[in-house]
Amino acid sequence: MRHLVALMSGLVLLWLILSGHYTPLVLALGGLSCVLVAWLCARLGLVSREAVPIALLPRLPLYTVWLLFQIARANMSVTWRLLAPRRFIKPGLVEVGLGQRSDLGRAIFANSVTLTPGTVTIGLENGRAMIHSLTPLADDDVTEGVMNRRVRWLESRHARAEP
Amino acid sequence: MSSLDLLDIVAWHELGHLASWFLIAAGAVLSVVSGIGMLRLPDLYTRIHAASVADTGGMILILAGLMIQAGLGLVTAKLVLIVIFLLITSPTATHALARAARQDGVTPESNAQRTKTTR
Amino acid sequence: MMLIAGILGVAVTMLLILVRVLAGPTTYDRILGINLFGTKTVLLIALVAFITDRTDYLDLALTYALINFIGTIAVLKFMQYGDLGWAGDVEDDTDV
Repeated sequence: MRHLVALMSGLVLLWLILSGHYTPLVLALGGLSCVLVAWLCARLGLVSREAVPIALLPRLPLYTVWLLFQIARANMSVTWRLLAPRRFIKPGLVEVGLGQRSDLGRAIFANSVTLTPGTVTIGLENGRAMIHSLTPLADDDVTEGVMNRRVRWLESRHARAEP
Repeated sequence: MSSLDLLDIVAWHELGHLASWFLIAAGAVLSVVSGIGMLRLPDLYTRIHAASVADTGGMILILAGLMIQAGLGLVTAKLVLIVIFLLITSPTATHALARAARQDGVTPESNAQRTKTTR
Repeated sequence: MMLIAGILGVAVTMLLILVRVLAGPTTYDRILGINLFGTKTVLLIALVAFITDRTDYLDLALTYALINFIGTIAVLKFMQYGDLGWAGDVEDDTDV
């Protein structure tokens, strides 16, 4: 029930942002389409803990800020390396064990690693991630487990509810 | 409204203009650099790093500059929506690409394994 | 003025990417280039929307981002399986 309410409010918010026309008829049609989409999602079994991860929401803003800061830092170092002579680039593969308990946590970790320039997840199986990095230094946060720990912090409430 | 208030508003307006100019210029520079990187770097996996500079840094900076221009409102909300959407989809697409390339037998540059052992 | 500078930067980047797309050497380089080209197009549309003062264009930018993502995934899937209809095997589904 909580998931349905969350999905519904998300849809309504999305509709309000994208529409921009707030006359009674259009509003009614928008509400109708939101209900229709929610109904279709329910029929597809998409109104669940996994598909509407509301347990992440309280910690998501702080994680996003941290990730944006990380992205800014990585951008600066990679930008410099793109222009610097070739010897400053030492691509390498690192294998990192995943500490996340939920599939969603693992996906968030892989996406965060890929999102930061300088590191890309190129494989994810058996609880281990294969990460390609532009320089051995660029993956400090990944190999030393800072990002791993942050994502575990983010998903902790979500993973606790795991059946 | 006193003349001091008016001055303040003008100053804030100028500051916003300046910040917006700076952000858009920085975003354009980042994206050109990433284009250069796409041409310079030796293999597919390193080029992915170059692409991700434009995908994150360039995109966020340019759209943030536009947000400052638009001011608070529906337009900024839409820009935020675009940023969120791109931040979710671009790593997914990159990961799918890298995985497909690896399964297809495209190998990273040869000194990759050496780096791993020296760590 | 600054919007023009932004458009110039994005356009130059698109040219550089096009060179990479034409040069290859692997198909995946080309797909990477096209994906990035799509992201640049989104930025271009957003900048043009502000230059012409028609912010409705932002909807187009959002749609373009959507289609770009789905297009990239579709091409990759086609490359891997040679077929867009097949959902892949069960083992593939458990992989994130």
